[in-house]
Amino acid sequence: MAAAESYPDELRYHREHDWARIDGDEATLGITWFAQDALGELVHYEPPEVGSTVAKDSSYGEVESVKAVSDVIAPLSGEVLEVNQKVVDEPETVNEDPYGDGWLVRVRLTDPGEADSLLDAGAYRSFLAEQ
Amino acid sequence: MQTLQRTPLHGRHLAAGARMVPFAGWEMPVQYESVIAEHRAVRADAGVFDVSHMGELEVEGPRAHEFLQSMLSNDLDKVSPGGAQYTLLTNERGGIVDDLIAYRLDEFRYFLVVNASNKEAAFAWLKEREPRGVEVSDRSDEYALLAVQGPRALERLGLPEARPFTFAEGDVGGIEVMVNRTGYTGERGCELLALVEDAPALWDRVLGRGVVPCGLGARDTLRLEVCYPLHGNDITPETDAISAGLGWVCALEEKEFTGAGELRRVKDEGPQRKLVAFVMEERAVPRQGMPIAEGGEVTSGTHSPMLDAGIGMGYVPAVLAAPETTITIDVRGRPRGARIVKKPIYKREETA
Repeated sequence: MAAAESYPDELRYHREHDWARIDGDEATLGITWFAQDALGELVHYEPPEVGSTVAKDSSYGEVESVKAVSDVIAPLSGEVLEVNQKVVDEPETVNEDPYGDGWLVRVRLTDPGEADSLLDAGAYRSFLAEQ
Repeated sequence: MQTLQRTPLHGRHLAAGARMVPFAGWEMPVQYESVIAEHRAVRADAGVFDVSHMGELEVEGPRAHEFLQSMLSNDLDKVSPGGAQYTLLTNERGGIVDDLIAYRLDEFRYFLVVNASNKEAAFAWLKEREPRGVEVSDRSDEYALLAVQGPRALERLGLPEARPFTFAEGDVGGIEVMVNRTGYTGERGCELLALVEDAPALWDRVLGRGVVPCGLGARDTLRLEVCYPLHGNDITPETDAISAGLGWVCALEEKEFTGAGELRRVKDEGPQRKLVAFVMEERAVPRQGMPIAEGGEVTSGTHSPMLDAGIGMGYVPAVLAAPETTITIDVRGRPRGARIVKKPIYKREETA
């Protein structure tokens, strides 16, 4: 079942429709409700390797629906600590719970200050409204 | 910028929450709720597709049969009035101008249902070659076409069972239609040809019978699971019917038609490459244009809802075309293993 539209206040957002849940010098990353809705049901998640580095504003993986493939853009830079194997095995988890079980990677941040450039939920909602 | 054409059901699609996309010059629904749910509805019960973008060409006259016998690959002598046939419009090189279904209305009149993307090309091809005693006309603007597909499609519409590739006049909720026992999903079902002005009411009646509206997304995954070729992807004016595995719709023994000599040569010598079906052995979704490491490329690819795996078709060197051969697909730089399988990729388990 697809989730209802939401943009939780505790997350930070990137204009490429990615979110970050920051916890000290670590963060969990995923794609927003808007992104999963635009793609449709996900059928494949191509994750980065654990130990690899991701760079802010660059692609670190791919998500695919039946009709389309999309790069996943890193909202923050860091080293990949963990990949969500549940999403690799059951990509539709992202559609069901984009901010919970549908997270994509956990990273150790190389520059926590980068978070200042991200949008809060209100600003991201305004950004979507302008699209 | 070219303006997209709209079918008579455009308003119905928007009202149903469809996501609309450009396709072959038309604004068409790609999905309503979900491609996968729509796909499953057709495999399990019944779904309806608006395929009014497809073209309807009428060919009539005392020499219509003879003319089409010389233009189309399959043998229309085997089709009586009330019967239909899958066939190819071929060029001099044996390439495929379009694949289509020919409906024999009577001794001297045929309806050809052609791909939207090829309607102009197919019409021009026939019109340029139209001899005295034959009139080719484009009737596409007069008709809407709804494909109602699935094991319960006919039952839900209250229509009688009939043999595949036959058609008859029928009635759905008081609306007169031509009921064609044809489709593009591998399921039983029909295609309803109706007058444009009747289309919205017909659509409402069909949905009122519990048939699920389905978009072009599910149409593509359904046809690929059963290995029906898509013109423009798997077959083109540059690919021949023999290499594409469509020799069964080429009456090479029975008659002459455009490109038949070249097709006989390919058949006798054996094709250099063959269109094969494959299933991914690793998690990945193959897509059109991806190279196959052993030679050739993917012509259609998607994720199969029934197999929950990547599936596709593509041309490979003929020596590698046997089922169970493993091949490697280049998925955006990542080599991913696949296995060639016998067509169709998906087949309903037969129940006694």
